[in-house]
Amino acid sequence: MGNDPSYTNQQFKVIGSRVKRPDGVDKVTGRAKYGADHNAPGQLVGMFLRSPHAHARILKISTARAEKLRGVKAIITSDDLPDLTNGDEYAREILENCMARGRALYDGHAVAAVAAIDEQTAKQALKLIDVKYEVLPHVTDVDEAMQPDAPVIHPHLFTVGVNPRPTQPSNVYNIAEFGHGDIEAGFAAADVIVEKTYKTEQTHQGYIEPHACVASVNVDGTGELWVTTQGHFGYRTICATLLGMDIAKLKVTSSEIGGGFGGKTHVWIEPIALALSRKANRPVKAVMSREEVFRASGPTASTSIDVKLGATKDGTIIAAYAALRYQGGAFRGSIPGMPWAAIGAMTSFACYNLANVKTVGYDVVVNRPKSAAYRAPSAPMAAFAVESTVDLLAQELRINPLDLRIKNASREGTRASYGPIYGPIGIGPTLEAVKNHPHMRAKLKKNQGRGMACGFWFNFGGQTCSDINIATDGTVTVTVGTVDVGGSRASLSLIAAEELGIPYEHVKAHIADTASLGHNDTTEGSRGTFSSGMAIIFAARQAIEVLRERAAKMWSIPVEDVTWNSGCAVADAKKHKQLKPLSLAEIAAASPRTGGPIAGHNESVPDNAGVSFASHICDVEVDPETGATRILRYTVIQDAGKAIHPTYVEGQMQGAAAQGIGWALNEEYIYGKDGRLQNPGFLDYRIPVCSDLPFLDTQILEIPNPHHPYGIRGVGETSIVPPLAAIGNAISNAVGVRMNHIPMSPPRILKALEAMKGA
Amino acid sequence: MAAVLVSTTINGDATEFSCPANESLLSVLRNRLGLTGAKEGCSTGDCGACSVTLDGRIVCSCLVLGAEVEGREINTIEGMAADSDLHPLQANFIEHAALQCGICTPGFLMAAKALLDRNPDPSETEIRYALAGNLCRCTGYDKIVRAVQATAKQLRQLEKKKSRRKKA
Amino acid sequence: MRYQRPSTTKEAALLLHDERGSAYVLAGGTDLLVRMKLGHIEPDLLVDIKHIPAMSALSHSAKGTRIGAAVSGAQLGEHTKIAKAWPGVVEAANLIGSDQVQSRCTMVGNLCNASPAADSVPALIAAGAKVAVVGPNGRRTVAVEKIAAGPGRTSLAKGELVEAVILPPRSARSGDAYLRLTPRTEMDIAVVSAGVNLTLERGRIKSARVALGAVAPTALLVPAAARAIIGTRLDDEALERLAAACSAACHPIDDKRGTIEYRTTVAGVLAKRAAKIAFQRAGGA
Repeated sequence: MGNDPSYTNQQFKVIGSRVKRPDGVDKVTGRAKYGADHNAPGQLVGMFLRSPHAHARILKISTARAEKLRGVKAIITSDDLPDLTNGDEYAREILENCMARGRALYDGHAVAAVAAIDEQTAKQALKLIDVKYEVLPHVTDVDEAMQPDAPVIHPHLFTVGVNPRPTQPSNVYNIAEFGHGDIEAGFAAADVIVEKTYKTEQTHQGYIEPHACVASVNVDGTGELWVTTQGHFGYRTICATLLGMDIAKLKVTSSEIGGGFGGKTHVWIEPIALALSRKANRPVKAVMSREEVFRASGPTASTSIDVKLGATKDGTIIAAYAALRYQGGAFRGSIPGMPWAAIGAMTSFACYNLANVKTVGYDVVVNRPKSAAYRAPSAPMAAFAVESTVDLLAQELRINPLDLRIKNASREGTRASYGPIYGPIGIGPTLEAVKNHPHMRAKLKKNQGRGMACGFWFNFGGQTCSDINIATDGTVTVTVGTVDVGGSRASLSLIAAEELGIPYEHVKAHIADTASLGHNDTTEGSRGTFSSGMAIIFAARQAIEVLRERAAKMWSIPVEDVTWNSGCAVADAKKHKQLKPLSLAEIAAASPRTGGPIAGHNESVPDNAGVSFASHICDVEVDPETGATRILRYTVIQDAGKAIHPTYVEGQMQGAAAQGIGWALNEEYIYGKDGRLQNPGFLDYRIPVCSDLPFLDTQILEIPNPHHPYGIRGVGETSIVPPLAAIGNAISNAVGVRMNHIPMSPPRILKALEAMKGA
Repeated sequence: MAAVLVSTTINGDATEFSCPANESLLSVLRNRLGLTGAKEGCSTGDCGACSVTLDGRIVCSCLVLGAEVEGREINTIEGMAADSDLHPLQANFIEHAALQCGICTPGFLMAAKALLDRNPDPSETEIRYALAGNLCRCTGYDKIVRAVQATAKQLRQLEKKKSRRKKA
Repeated sequence: MRYQRPSTTKEAALLLHDERGSAYVLAGGTDLLVRMKLGHIEPDLLVDIKHIPAMSALSHSAKGTRIGAAVSGAQLGEHTKIAKAWPGVVEAANLIGSDQVQSRCTMVGNLCNASPAADSVPALIAAGAKVAVVGPNGRRTVAVEKIAAGPGRTSLAKGELVEAVILPPRSARSGDAYLRLTPRTEMDIAVVSAGVNLTLERGRIKSARVALGAVAPTALLVPAAARAIIGTRLDDEALERLAAACSAACHPIDDKRGTIEYRTTVAGVLAKRAAKIAFQRAGGA
């Protein structure tokens, strides 16, 4: 388990040490409070009625019988939810996704909601609501939805990115192109051309904690929401908007979060829970069942991707093309201007230094739930297609696939296929690390094979605030607004301790509710430690300014004569020989008399979170008679910029890789011809269990991000990107079949083997 | 719905509750007894986040009715730490970073304890299969298995010391 | 819903028989509570059989083996003598789910839930197991393969319940095995499975029973597959005939867990592998 700091020259006192996380004891004793662990006095139970049809007009909803049931306190349909979005199309789509407006657009789409005194009554009430549907033709497959005869789901969506603007609505709502150079010329000059089409099925983030909240709205227009979320500030904004509440009057408190991975960056039941509470004038607790989580939260896209690569005999890739078709459910992707296929088109060839490259992303709506981000959203599918094709190209060229990648890898100064010029980056080093890793020399037996693949993710900054408050005993509270999804409180405490020069144990990090801090963007895009860390660095430096001033006051010397060193104010040695250093604790103890509480604060929009690359090695064994595949050995090599807490960086790498492994082998949404989801549960939506995986070896490289004081890059997402192709390449090397359909489940592999035998 | 009145023992304490006949033990623990350490991840026995022990055996409390625990002994995560100290498993989970979001952790700790109680020297494979009923989405299980291995080793060493002292 | 806890099998049978609404036996509850949770059933009465001594008893002797209906998979797995005599049956029972499920689940529950993919059933059929059925008017003994009548349906009459599984006395030079195909290593319902039980005489297979799971509406006893290997030393040709007979007997469906072609092919593969293990356990070379 290695951590290679040889690329950076920085010396740190506490950064990089493996301290204990501050929320650990609560979590191992069951004391930590998650979304469903909170209760409000007098609360009602909120439950949802959901469409059993993939696509249907809602002709009538009769709630009379349900309303008469004793114990039912409120029923909500779209009639109770006026459109207050004021032209904000994206907010309106969220409103419609939370509660159907005239049409059910997917199996599981909420059509009504009920608040009652207990679960039994709420369930009974749902049965008493009569909904008359007119079933409409549906489409759930991305390629089928692009056919001219496909049912058009939204009459108001016209393809953006086509000139002239189309006059007919389409399920293809966006076409985006990226690239540079001349691929026609590139392919014409190529000695070898390889092309292939791939398909990946829809997956879900699979967090173990379902969505849950307790909503309480008062008659004076104030409200409180306790909720499991990655972004309580974002939730506050959208809930207030949809309900017509003043933002500052809605206080949102984030519970501990039981996994999110992007799926808890959007609201699903929360606005409706608030609406129920407002109507019933009582708190409402709403918790999604596991089935609801699968049917009606935000899975990731399913895709269909064409890749074409051209190379000269010496192994230079001189032309690269990809067409990527992604379905994001019944609504547009949540980032305006950057829907799912567009992101995939940006990431496709990011690992490679290419003279001629073109990627085209087609974003499509289908009758499925509205997609949310899932850890490096859109990148894993594109990487599966590209990295599989790179191996095919290597085969054609008779060049070692690792060497082919090393030869063509992006480096500092490369123009990325999606636009910017790279600064110092880690793809080259991770590939070299693969080459030198002992995993590459382990022996393989019959039906066993080794594959490798690389991957990329952008990482993001975003709006961030943080406070540092110093207590009179010298211990420090760090307050941030980014939800802790993986242990960032430990890293943020380390950063504060490092800046202030005090022991880690004297710092306590705390996630504020929305009333206690300025707006913080959601924890996503691997920005938690990067952005809040940045804000803490500057808040700490501001606090140090105050500490210097107080020391100067206590000593009656000019503040210019005071420096801060190793947790102490130090007077200029030449001018003030007799003054001994004052520790932070001593200055804090005196603070009531020197000017009051000592604090630092920062509001910023840190940018340049630094791109992150990873390369993975995987050994598999395939049972040629059944297609069953076992992971024998797995190594994750990733550039973290600077690992604040190496153990937690390892944890992110391993967790992301495990999700990629599940995605590669067994996870998929299975839809019937009726457009209904057939496997909305953990029995048949198969995430890896403990016995499915070996130990996951990791190696952290540190190529510092020049835009961060410590060199930090985002780390949480990148390692979900390589596994699909690493495993596909390993299977190819094990039993000779090239898989082009994810997941590579036993029936698919056996079918491919039999086709190969027959051919 | 007929209600049942149940007398049982939870974490060593005599406990009484009344619930509808069809209410699960998980729901009783969380909603009637304030013991929210056991989590509801799926309600169908597929994730193990609700794991408790019933008469010493690890079970999914979502698959046990409140009515069924009359006269039985239940142990939950809230009872795992002895007095003022953590159980070695709990301490090692923190030490080895065997948790990230922590939602699956109570269930894993109960299942791991049940394993080590019946098999103090499990192989890696035995550990993995004993924990296969507990889903984790954050860690990839690597550090969880290591934490259990470290605890097993520690507990075996403690046992050895104890028995040496007895003989002496 | 009402909950009752009788102390004799006869009492349980009467409760089930007399109930006007829907009444279900509650043993481990690992299938029943799931069906209740998903809203597939709404019982009026649950009859908990875990306090009936005859249902909780486990006995094993030269005269045969009797496993009470309320005996859990974990308890069965801990009985070393039964596990030694019938490793296939015990392995199959121990594959019904995680340790959490094993603490509660029962073979009889697995059998009476009548899923075509139930893990304990092919092994029990291959073993020639019978069940003791008790009704308000008396007892009868039924071969295991006659219990499931279709997916989710049994041949039991109203008021009847199974009291115990009965395995015949174990002859020398016998062995059994159960294998299943699941995409993950645990926690999955079998996509296809095979149970083989055989007895040797002078190195050749004297008698055999082969059963398949998840390839038909109920688990299948495949006499043609047994005939393919009886009299042989399980040479390669015999194994191929065994596989072919198994594939021919399958009539599975396409569903979210597997396709017709996959189940049909792999049934033969698993039957071969299970036969080899059973043969080894019986002392064959």
